[in-house]
Amino acid sequence: MKVTIDGITIDVPKGTTILQAARMIGPEVAPPTMCYYSKLKTSGGYCRTCIVKVTQGSAANPTPMPKPVASCRTEVMDGMVVENTINKDVLEARKGVVEFLLVNHPLDCPVCDQAGECSLQDLGYEHGAATSRYEFPRREFERIDIGKYVQLHMNRCIMCFRCVKVADQLTEKRVHGVMHRGDAAEISTYIENVIENDFSGNVIDVCPVGALTDKTFRFKSRVWFTKPVDASCDCKKCSGKVRLWMKGEDVLRVTARKDQWGEAEEFICNECRFDKKKTSDWKIEGPTKVDRHSVISQNHYNHLNELKVQVLKQQKALGFMDINKRP
Amino acid sequence: MGRKLLIHNDHIPNIHTLDVYRAHGGYASVEKALKIMQPDQVTEEVKKSGLRGRGGAGFPTGMKWSFLAKPEGVPRYLVCNADESEPGTFKDRYLMEKIPHALIEGMITSSFALGAKQSYIYIRGEYFYVARILEAAIAEAYAAGWLGKNILGTDFSHDCSVQVGGGAYICGEETALLESLEGKRGNPRIKPPFPAVAGLWGCPTVVNNVETIAAVVPIVNMGGEEYAKIGVGKSTGTKLISASGHINKPGVYEIELGITVEEFIYGEEYCGGIRNGKKLKAVVAGGSSVPILPTELILKTAKGEPRLMTYESLSDGGFQTGTMLGSGGFIAMDEDTSIVKNLFTFSRFYHHESCGQCSPCREGTGWIEKILKKFLDGTANESDVDLLWDIQSKIEGKTICPLGEAAAWPVAAAIRHFKHEFLEIARNKKFTDISHYDRLNKLARV
Ligand SMILES: Cc1cc2nc3c(=O)[nH]c(=O)nc-3n(C[C@H](O)[C@H](O)[C@H](O)COP(=O)(O)O)c2cc1C
Ligand code: SF4
Ligand code: SF4
Ligand code: SF4
Ligand code: FES
Repeated sequence: MKVTIDGITIDVPKGTTILQAARMIGPEVAPPTMCYYSKLKTSGGYCRTCIVKVTQGSAANPTPMPKPVASCRTEVMDGMVVENTINKDVLEARKGVVEFLLVNHPLDCPVCDQAGECSLQDLGYEHGAATSRYEFPRREFERIDIGKYVQLHMNRCIMCFRCVKVADQLTEKRVHGVMHRGDAAEISTYIENVIENDFSGNVIDVCPVGALTDKTFRFKSRVWFTKPVDASCDCKKCSGKVRLWMKGEDVLRVTARKDQWGEAEEFICNECRFDKKKTSDWKIEGPTKVDRHSVISQNHYNHLNELKVQVLKQQKALGFMDINKRP
Repeated sequence: MGRKLLIHNDHIPNIHTLDVYRAHGGYASVEKALKIMQPDQVTEEVKKSGLRGRGGAGFPTGMKWSFLAKPEGVPRYLVCNADESEPGTFKDRYLMEKIPHALIEGMITSSFALGAKQSYIYIRGEYFYVARILEAAIAEAYAAGWLGKNILGTDFSHDCSVQVGGGAYICGEETALLESLEGKRGNPRIKPPFPAVAGLWGCPTVVNNVETIAAVVPIVNMGGEEYAKIGVGKSTGTKLISASGHINKPGVYEIELGITVEEFIYGEEYCGGIRNGKKLKAVVAGGSSVPILPTELILKTAKGEPRLMTYESLSDGGFQTGTMLGSGGFIAMDEDTSIVKNLFTFSRFYHHESCGQCSPCREGTGWIEKILKKFLDGTANESDVDLLWDIQSKIEGKTICPLGEAAAWPVAAAIRHFKHEFLEIARNKKFTDISHYDRLNKLARV
């Protein structure tokens, strides 16, 4: 099936979503995501940051879709034409979504463990407005310890439902869901039941913000002072392929390896994540190469660069600034 | 007198019982459908009738039925949406409470057309007493052989059950309803797939409003073509209107689609005019989510033609100068009404009822309510009007389900037609209409 996104056409198999197709083309045209997670079934559709405009439904039925659609949950049709970074309404709507996500968000980045690797920070930086028009008190919660290793800081939650899906799909006993509704909704382990099983730590990696954090790492260091290193071990429960966050010779934190979209490549077990904090526990493979913000890998460099130029050209023709500038 | 097809017998004593209902022609549509018609013929009659969904969206019912997937060996379901929670709408309650068998008869006839062996009536929690009425009627129908195995000796068997919801407006959205019916949290599903393909327990399902299903009875009895003769254009048949607000005779009225709005408001047969000799100021014509219109525009279209009670006429002019028939919740407001306060009440409702799945609705509805509260407190600025406008525009069309629109439209319409009221409060830093304000103040969750 052929789909055209921001003027760039690609051939994709049936069942591909607009988002997946856009990611195949490259980060230049891929919409930002806060709730979709390719490794979690039924994820996506909630945050609405990935919305795009379908200007032609398909070759057979070229009428445009009346409303913007969530690209992560909309499958492409043959001959579909999609606008993302070259559509002003989409960018304006996305700015609105970012503002909504920040309505009840504390933005206490200076004391937040997620700072520096936070999807919401990135999103706000790239797509948000400089100031907030929200002038009312934000909702506040007590911090909750979910078992020995994980802390839930509900104030920062953006209700992406990823952790709920991890609890549903990765762990055996689901004691973790959503209570209440609307802007009173909260992630809960229903009366402080703890999630105690081998894969519960993955909620930390899927959480796009600093709502679920690693208690063994709390306030040890800002992430940008630590050095990511890829390492592995022979683990019976998981692949043992992890990323160590080191300071000198100390392993401060262990996480899954994340791909260019910020998703865990493979989920890891709690033993690897929380118990193996000595260098001798690991076989070091070398420093992590890929930085999420410099996703352009060597051999694709020219190709992607051309894409960027194409997108910029279209944006210029439409008379708007280079909003896609990356740090 | 306009024709009535749904509640014409509501004055008859004990019409809620099977015997009396039957004595007045009840269950004739089941007899006719099961004995002399094929299921597809019933659907065909519904198509010919031009019946449109009475739950709010006005989607043609016959077309909806014909979209139902029919894979071999997979059960199909009919689900009746009796969640009726849109402020200003109370017609389904009236129908179910007075003539429960009208709905049950419709359920059986419709299920026959759709090939559904099981149907459910999902009713809002606050209507628990209506649920009892329905259950009593269902028990009567089973005892008389209208429900159960081999109805009327045919090979059509059907079971119908009532499920009481927890009292959430969002469970009226059809996919949230299905989730709730399955015993889960009532969150709207992300579509596609649509219920016609994967609905209840993943099986093909038709969800219809109470009134829609009840209307199938006269359609089968009189024939689709006859039914389509009532009304104007694509607005065929009769419609139940829940009339409330500052009118002399609030209540549920069955109208022929096509009477003028003016006749409905001022006619003795209907609302009987504005109470206490006051003047009409504005009308919300189809339940709290549809755009409010000032008197000039509700009585006449922008072109100066008389506005009719039809889907088309009410939406003439788009949202710029028109509104929608919606669910038929007709709320009239007199000259003493504060549109700002009315909007606050509506917005508080939508904030309270948002399920919280998607960001624009979850965060936007609360924000809107808080800003409107500033108007009631007399602390709002002129720029808050623009902010309200901008927030609603960023919710509309960007959400998972139409509750987002339902929350955004009233804000847009109030500002579109009554901006001066907002500006006046902002300029004078004073909100003068205080009739119910103290009470609201205490209730407000902000
Ligand atoms: C937030 C929300 C609430 C709704 N509430 C109701 C309701 O209480 N009753 C109803 O019949 N339809 C309601 N609807 C419309 C239903 O989703 C659906 O369109 C309707 O039940 C279809 O029936 P119809 O085609 O017979 O109108 C609601 C929709 C939304 C978005
Ligand atoms: S979650 Fe992200 S945006 Fe929020 S406080 Fe933490 S770092 Fe800042
Ligand atoms: S806690 Fe984190 S992962 Fe869970 S819903 Fe909130 S933001 Fe998403
Ligand atoms: S629009 Fe509102 S009610 Fe509908 S799914 Fe989104 S948050 Fe829930
Ligand atoms: S990423 Fe698509 S809606 Fe959240």
